[in-house]
Amino acid sequence: MDLVNAVVQGTLLGGLYALFAAGLSLIFGVMRLVNIAHGDLIVLAAYLGLTTTAALGVHPLVALIVVVPAMAGIGYVLQRAVLNHTLGDDILPPLLVTFGLSVIIQNALLEGYSADPQKMDAGALETASVALGPLSLGVLPLLTFAFAIAVIAGLQWVFYRTPLGRAFRATSDNQDIAQLMGLNKRHVFGMAMALALAVTAVAGILLGIRTSFDPSVGGGRLIFGFEAVIIGGLGNLWGTLVGGVILGVAQTVGATINPGWQLLAGHIAFLVILAVRPNGLFPRISG
Amino acid sequence: MTNHIRISRTSSAAKLAAVLAALIVVILIAAPYWAGRADMRLMGEIFLYLALASLWNLLAGYAGLVSVGQQAYVGFGGYMLFALTIFAGLPPVVAIALAGVLGALISIPVAALIFRLRGAYFAIGTWVMAEVFRLSFAQVSALGGGSGTSLPTDIVRSMADGRSEREALAYWLALGAALVVVTAVYLLLRSRKGLALTAIRDNELASASLGIDIWRTKFFVYVVTSGLTAVIGALIFLQKLRISPDAAFSVNDWTAFVIFIVVIGGIGTIEGPIIGTLIFFLLRETLADLGTIYLMVLGLVAIVVMLKAPQGVWGFISQRFNLQLFPLGYRVERPKDS
Repeated sequence: MDLVNAVVQGTLLGGLYALFAAGLSLIFGVMRLVNIAHGDLIVLAAYLGLTTTAALGVHPLVALIVVVPAMAGIGYVLQRAVLNHTLGDDILPPLLVTFGLSVIIQNALLEGYSADPQKMDAGALETASVALGPLSLGVLPLLTFAFAIAVIAGLQWVFYRTPLGRAFRATSDNQDIAQLMGLNKRHVFGMAMALALAVTAVAGILLGIRTSFDPSVGGGRLIFGFEAVIIGGLGNLWGTLVGGVILGVAQTVGATINPGWQLLAGHIAFLVILAVRPNGLFPRISG
Repeated sequence: MTNHIRISRTSSAAKLAAVLAALIVVILIAAPYWAGRADMRLMGEIFLYLALASLWNLLAGYAGLVSVGQQAYVGFGGYMLFALTIFAGLPPVVAIALAGVLGALISIPVAALIFRLRGAYFAIGTWVMAEVFRLSFAQVSALGGGSGTSLPTDIVRSMADGRSEREALAYWLALGAALVVVTAVYLLLRSRKGLALTAIRDNELASASLGIDIWRTKFFVYVVTSGLTAVIGALIFLQKLRISPDAAFSVNDWTAFVIFIVVIGGIGTIEGPIIGTLIFFLLRETLADLGTIYLMVLGLVAIVVMLKAPQGVWGFISQRFNLQLFPLGYRVERPKDS
């Protein structure tokens, strides 16, 4: 019974990891950029949520109305002002610039909010649960999973049903020809980063309601998101959800065996899949 | 009239630099006789960072393997020093050398796995590996688990008699390690393998078509670098005398700083990490009181250098004055009268 419970809880946890991963997957798909600061941007969104709830006295989920556009704006400006200048054949500049960005965000948060762990207060939502047979499912994890499905479905819709998505796919296929067809790739990349960080905002708020956080936890969130992307297969958003679920289940099952093994079990699951299926389970594009 | 063209690998600037470097090394070897205790500690730290930076530069600047997980081998080397001296009773100096061998050995299966990831995903894969190392060592209760352990005093005493003798020994080991690493990188790059590496750095596709086995060359560099990084890790924790998983596998201390050093100094040159290390410690000693602001400045400087002058400080100098202190290439010299 413990095992069934662990699998169910792990599946729901996987929703959160899929939200960490969706933004990474999106920008890699559009511009082949791997953003090392992604985890720190998730934490930044959590802190923005904290400040919004404190300043306006609203529920953390209501704070999404402020934080999502704020993060999207940060993403657009960041891409146009900095990251666009790093794109090219050489992988070094984007890696090192986002790495520097990660250190800057971390220390800026440390300066602004101190190293004390913080948490967002979501009231009754945090403890509410529904009974499903012998299992008790938290409303918050269920809500997180629902958010993950909605976000991924939304991204899929944007990608395949809208003019913006057509621009994304065109620049992803061939930047030069997309330029010739009248697309401004700098703007397209800016929009992609804006969308990715809007997703990051949702991930950050849900993270901040679920657990306490401090400025140093970004690296760990990046790693979880990255593992979900690789397990699911590059460029496949629904695969990312599967990857997140596999990672979440491995962690909760590992923790049932020995509490110290929670994170280790997740990493080992990732390495096993890397050894057996180097391209992930459902790859769409090659790295 | 015959036109004598000479091909030379060196230049007068390089010869002068070699003489100066030899002089500086002699002065540095004598440091225990003229420097204070605090200065020696600082210099020891500088040497170890120089070694880490040179190794990371070889990995990222020449082999194109951008790793953000070298702390895996720093921490591994440190833990091996503690394990081999405490459990196997080996003398610390032997344990340090053995830590390097073990570090190279364990990097083989690691490389076999993470070499499946390309480019930027390789970078994060190395980080995952470092996390696996950290979490695994945190499970070893004999080494203090998550809270870590100290090097027993009788092992520390076994190194040398008095405290100043021990500190001198630790200093010389650090200096020796830095010299060995810089020389090894220099000789490697001058060799046949080095030529292959430089070719891969400049154009991977073209070098593959000339018959260079890219995978094997990169694999070789990764294993050598990992072993040497483990040696440096053992030396770092010999100075600290205390180890814990969080300190041993810190991404900030052993990777972020090292990357900043190399990027600011000039990636893909031997001189770059040396200049970068000096700049890094100069900044640290003057701005360290600012704490987090100092780190933000460092990150900002690295970003600006990467965007505006990707060749770093040394790249700028060497282009401006056509200077190479560690001669790697060949120069064609024509006689003046022709």
